[in-house]
Amino acid sequence: MNVKLIGKHEKDSRACRDGLALTLNELMGQDKSIVYVDCDLMGCINTKQLRQNYPDRAFEAGIAEGNAAGVAAGLAATGKKVFFHSFGTFSSRRCYDQIYMSAAYAGLSVRVLGSDAGVTAAFNGGTHMPLEDAAMYLSIPTATVIDPADYDQLASVTKGLLNVEGVSFTRFVRKDVIRVYDEGSEFEIGKGVVLHESEKDQATIITSGIMVDESLKAYEALQAEGINVRVIDMFTWKPLDEELVIKAAKETGAIVTAENHNTCCGLGSVVANCLAKNCPTVQEFVGVQDQFGQVGPQAFLMDTYGLRAANIVEAVKKAISRK
Amino acid sequence: MNEKKLKVLAAEIRLETLKVIHSRGFGHVGGSMDLADLMAVLYGEVMKYDPKNPRWEDRDWLVLSKGHAGPVAYATFGLMGFYPMEEAYTLNQPGTKFPSHTDRKLTPGVDLTTGSLGQGVSTATGAALGNKIDGRDSYVYCVIGDGEADEGQVWEGFHFACAHKLDNIIYFIDNNGYQLDGPTDDILAHGDMAKKVAGFGLHTQEIDGHDVTAIYEAIQKAKAAKGVPSCIVLDTCKGKGATFAEPKHDHSSQPKEEQWLEAIAASEKELEAAKNA
Repeated sequence: MNVKLIGKHEKDSRACRDGLALTLNELMGQDKSIVYVDCDLMGCINTKQLRQNYPDRAFEAGIAEGNAAGVAAGLAATGKKVFFHSFGTFSSRRCYDQIYMSAAYAGLSVRVLGSDAGVTAAFNGGTHMPLEDAAMYLSIPTATVIDPADYDQLASVTKGLLNVEGVSFTRFVRKDVIRVYDEGSEFEIGKGVVLHESEKDQATIITSGIMVDESLKAYEALQAEGINVRVIDMFTWKPLDEELVIKAAKETGAIVTAENHNTCCGLGSVVANCLAKNCPTVQEFVGVQDQFGQVGPQAFLMDTYGLRAANIVEAVKKAISRK
Repeated sequence: MNEKKLKVLAAEIRLETLKVIHSRGFGHVGGSMDLADLMAVLYGEVMKYDPKNPRWEDRDWLVLSKGHAGPVAYATFGLMGFYPMEEAYTLNQPGTKFPSHTDRKLTPGVDLTTGSLGQGVSTATGAALGNKIDGRDSYVYCVIGDGEADEGQVWEGFHFACAHKLDNIIYFIDNNGYQLDGPTDDILAHGDMAKKVAGFGLHTQEIDGHDVTAIYEAIQKAKAAKGVPSCIVLDTCKGKGATFAEPKHDHSSQPKEEQWLEAIAASEKELEAAKNA
């Protein structure tokens, strides 16, 4: 791991999807066993270039996600390293049985890519807003679930996925994202990243994805009030970095999870599972509170669903008060 | 091809399929027995495989998308030397390598895991695509139930295979006319299956699924069709050769022991007749 934190809350001039698309393009040039399957959404994540550059290894399966997932599994059975993309909703709900049985249960490795994580589906609205995608993948035995924060983390994760056995699900942002990490940052799948820590920490914020930047803002706001908190980017939800979670719980005594997902069955839940088994600790859950998505600008949705730094600050104070 | 040899092999497969299911006492007899002739042609004549190296890279593949026909595959693989036949007499016992639905992680010879209907069509198609990328001279043979063809995924798979011009896959539809709740015409009638498949763009043939020569010849014709996937609709009799299942075309059976013994005795007699023909 080689992490260079920027954390200035500035929008990246690059579209987040290019962290994936350009990396995949590079990897496919190096490794001829990599294949790519898409469901008529290459244009949305800039992977048409893969079809142009590698026409014999990048395939359109059309708007038929169930079949596409099965084709991906079949390709894996012939020794291919397979990446499979659709929007987050359709790469989870729409082909869940196929991913479950044809790939995961069958012991085949398929790297599923779900674009427009959570409220970033914005103008495509509630029908396209995956707030349960990770939950579905979390419940598949041995699956890996990843929620990267920005371009550079997504690029690093894309490379790391080549070494992940079994089914993995990476949910990511297509367009605008706040830049958290500097170019060249390298991450290890399965290992959380401590972004801030001190001996005086009174609580720990465990977060991922677009909520990392909100958590960093919350950290600053709390600092200004004299409250020290630890911040962990837990971009791998499964397998969870349990050691890091337990250490944070023991050292800070209060946990706040912040996720761009339904809190009933996401990052907060896997952290709570870990804590209940190892080190029962007060915990507050910031995220979408068991609601459906809806249409609107991302900023409106983040305000509406309580995905802001202010919500995290409030949750931290509440968690500390419950100690 | 040697017709007599294949007829004998088909009779052996039927007998062993009965014995495999009898070892547990119940199972999917109907949809297993009607595939014995196809399996005899595939494993007795057509397919490239190595029983000592089931994952041989240049093998031909078999995908039983109707995964509940596992027992006919277990019987065939046992007879072909993938494992001692007796091992398959542990069907569905705790810890067995022979589950009711085919599982690539458990059974030597099983290329892809099936069970949730429709899915084997897509995975078989993906395997054909993978073989094509690598330029392997391998065919994928994918067996679909006519009841299974209720699943939209079957037709999505056909669509994909046609669009990608996969001429290294041959689908078979086991057109036995029955599914779990009764005749397919009473459940969700397909109409003319072959016409429907041809309408999707596949090179399509319809033959007697119990005629080993017709099956062999149809496969040769399918292979000759270039740039297009093939489908062979097999008109079959569900439960063929199982005395207790054939008259009613049962989906799954749990006959009494004397019925089992009667069926096995009749099957042994059929095998003798085939040998002496």
